[in-house]
Amino acid sequence: MSDEATMVAEEAPAVEHSLNDAVPGAIIGEWAEETEKALFVAPDKLLPLLRHLKENEAYDYLSSLTCTDYLSYGGKKRGGISERFDVVYHLFSTANKGGSLNLHVRVPEGDTVDSATSIYPGANLQESEVYDLYGIHFAGHPNLRRVLTWDGFHGHPMRKDWKEAYFEEDAKPFRSRHPKGGYQWQEDKLPWGKNATYPPEWDPETWEKPISYVPVSQAPHHKPGDIDTDSLVINFGPHHPSTHGVFRMLTRVEGETIIALEPEMGYLHRNHEKIGERNTWLMNMPFTDRLDYINSMSNNWAYALAVEKLAGIEVPERAEYIRVIMAEFSRTLNHMWGIGFILNDLGALQTPAQYAIEEREMILDLFEEVSGARLMCNYMRFGGVVRDLTPGWVERARYLANERLPRALDMLDRLLSDNEIVRGRGYGVGYLPPEDLIALSISGPMLRAAGIKYDVRKAEPYGIYDRFEFDIPTLSDGDIYARYYIRLLEAREAVRILQQALRDIPGGEVQGAPAYASATLDQGFGTIMGGKGGYTLRPPEGEVYHRVEAPKGELGFYLVSDGKANPFRYHVRSPSFINLNGLGPMSVGYKVADAVVILGAIDIVLGEVDR
Amino acid sequence: MTTTPEGGFQALKEEQIQQYLHDSIVVPEELQANVLVTTVDKIYNWSRKASMWPLLFGLACCAIEMIATASARFDLARFGMEVMRPSPRQSDLMFVSGTVTKKMVPAIVRIYNQMAEPRYVVSMGACATGGGPFKEGYTVVSGIDKYIPVDIYVPGCPPTPEALIYGLMKVHEKVERQSIQQVPWYRKERSEFVPIPVLGPDIFDPRQVQLIREHTLGEGAAQAATDDGGGITLKPNLLTAEQKQQLREIKARYMAAKQPA
Repeated sequence: MSDEATMVAEEAPAVEHSLNDAVPGAIIGEWAEETEKALFVAPDKLLPLLRHLKENEAYDYLSSLTCTDYLSYGGKKRGGISERFDVVYHLFSTANKGGSLNLHVRVPEGDTVDSATSIYPGANLQESEVYDLYGIHFAGHPNLRRVLTWDGFHGHPMRKDWKEAYFEEDAKPFRSRHPKGGYQWQEDKLPWGKNATYPPEWDPETWEKPISYVPVSQAPHHKPGDIDTDSLVINFGPHHPSTHGVFRMLTRVEGETIIALEPEMGYLHRNHEKIGERNTWLMNMPFTDRLDYINSMSNNWAYALAVEKLAGIEVPERAEYIRVIMAEFSRTLNHMWGIGFILNDLGALQTPAQYAIEEREMILDLFEEVSGARLMCNYMRFGGVVRDLTPGWVERARYLANERLPRALDMLDRLLSDNEIVRGRGYGVGYLPPEDLIALSISGPMLRAAGIKYDVRKAEPYGIYDRFEFDIPTLSDGDIYARYYIRLLEAREAVRILQQALRDIPGGEVQGAPAYASATLDQGFGTIMGGKGGYTLRPPEGEVYHRVEAPKGELGFYLVSDGKANPFRYHVRSPSFINLNGLGPMSVGYKVADAVVILGAIDIVLGEVDR
Repeated sequence: MTTTPEGGFQALKEEQIQQYLHDSIVVPEELQANVLVTTVDKIYNWSRKASMWPLLFGLACCAIEMIATASARFDLARFGMEVMRPSPRQSDLMFVSGTVTKKMVPAIVRIYNQMAEPRYVVSMGACATGGGPFKEGYTVVSGIDKYIPVDIYVPGCPPTPEALIYGLMKVHEKVERQSIQQVPWYRKERSEFVPIPVLGPDIFDPRQVQLIREHTLGEGAAQAATDDGGGITLKPNLLTAEQKQQLREIKARYMAAKQPA
């Protein structure tokens, strides 16, 4: 720990907090905003505090771990501390439902933070991500490496002083496009015509590529008397039909048995967070579509809810119903798609998937009717939805929810659940005990397939979920078969919610807050781009973490506002990315062919993994 | 074409065949039931376009629409291309379906090089065409055509299946316009492989090494390199002494761990 941090700890006013009784000197500051309360932790007391919280206060679930660079925050201190980097932890308790505990650790540049992986193994990938994007070293992390960029990448791109090749200005709208115009192509400004920057003094002729190791070299364990065999590393991907996109798995196998597996990602790292900090708040909405591109509606809703919480925007009744309907339709289609592709990975190529996605097209037609797009709906706004349902939409949706979808789910159940191959390949494969799943921060259907009745819709209800009657199905096995079957059961519950919501949907407005909620293209370019500034949303200074139960797990948005028209920090806690923490532990001991299905049953989407 | 149901099918069939027949040679009427005269180009292109083998290769969101296109509702099988091959050696049409990132480009170029000629590339969606909404991002390539040649661009974010099918029709039209006398893959000279981009501090194309040197080291350095005949070359990545030592240590550790206790 550095001297500055000690100094800060002494300077900080004495904080009365109950946690200071358990771990003396742990809490050195508080920063209460209207939205969220933040506790500042002394860097050297972080691990004892986390251990205390996990063991004595039942905060067993590390939901989000991220970082913010306060370099350009207008010189303001938060909680009396002004170090540059702020590592943020959001802890939840799966037993005691309820809100989060927000811990902040402020460190200066070049300082290290103790790794939380010894207490919460789920911090593994998230700490690697923070190291990659912000350059913060975590002492004691087992495998700190660049996960989203590549070894040898210059700089840490999410720092506020790191500029990309196509950098124009810190915040949109860019002056070169609006209002004056006269935009020049960025490629034309760079001599090599490509989106790349090179450090000064770098010589490509003498440069040597750094050797990068992805540590899958766990030594094979031999029992005495065994045949002495050699193990080898098998590479899957990034171009492989069973990795669900551009994902790479490095497996060390002995014979056909996996003894170590390391996921390698970043092949679809599209810089959502960097672009999100340049965008205005509303401009991020279409980008959220492209996170989990199977369910754009859920992502829209999660982001809209987070911003509404930050800015205190009310949503009218009808819009709440429409949002629930859209989210549950997308949960149904996601689970049907997921089931189809688990079967694909089991070797039943195409046919079950074709059956499973038949109804998906009908749901997409409904989405297209209201939003204009099949996949990238961009339908929700802060304070409502962008436009009302079209005439006759509710009737068509009712037909789907009351007749087609239950029938389709029953058919899938009948065709697949008793299938001998599905059972044979599914039972007992990819098992992890429930406590390991929680420790690894895994969320969504995977938790419920292992008997943990944890669903954000019930644990911390958002929207109007407290009005509907639905169950959280759980299964106790925690294997591939349970993960397949839980999706079927959850889709049935989603249909149940849909039936109730479509029955009860009231009339009325769909946009509550004026102006920025209803800013559509019809109202002119200036409205959206914030030409006059009148319609641009500027949430009050503060921060918010809001999570929803997306079909793939817990989707959270961590947003920091400095009161301007652009988010100061825009972080996505994506379920697919963090669920991959479990891929290695789940696959060890099984065959290579099983690893494909284990990955399929996690149900990842690469747009969300790499962001 | 007649519209009556009974004459319609026959007329449609005749019309469809008509485009593959020789333009000027007229077959005598008594032989028309048995003999069709066509050209090598026409029959060659017809068979190529009617049995395209797309590469099973998805990058991002557009891949979902590609799957939808191949599925029952839009049914790519109507155009003789329902079987997608995951191996580039067996396929001749590549959909670049989604955002191309710098980390992925070397793999895409390698896959493109591995495809046997004749090969076609469809750039599907805004991202593959020009970077799309993520163009300004620091690891996003603004268009796959900066690295490999593209035949057809399909706009949209993502393109609807209908748009993709329209793009495929355009690929078919392009195939039909080609002549076996002029196509590059029957020429004597070997077709060139696209050099594979390298991931340095940032991605760079081996063909642009000189340009980058001029920029990072100043004009003089670039001049010196050209003086001693240094063209556009890139040295192979030789291991340094330390790296070799590092490798030896790792191997020793591994061997030691492998020994039964």
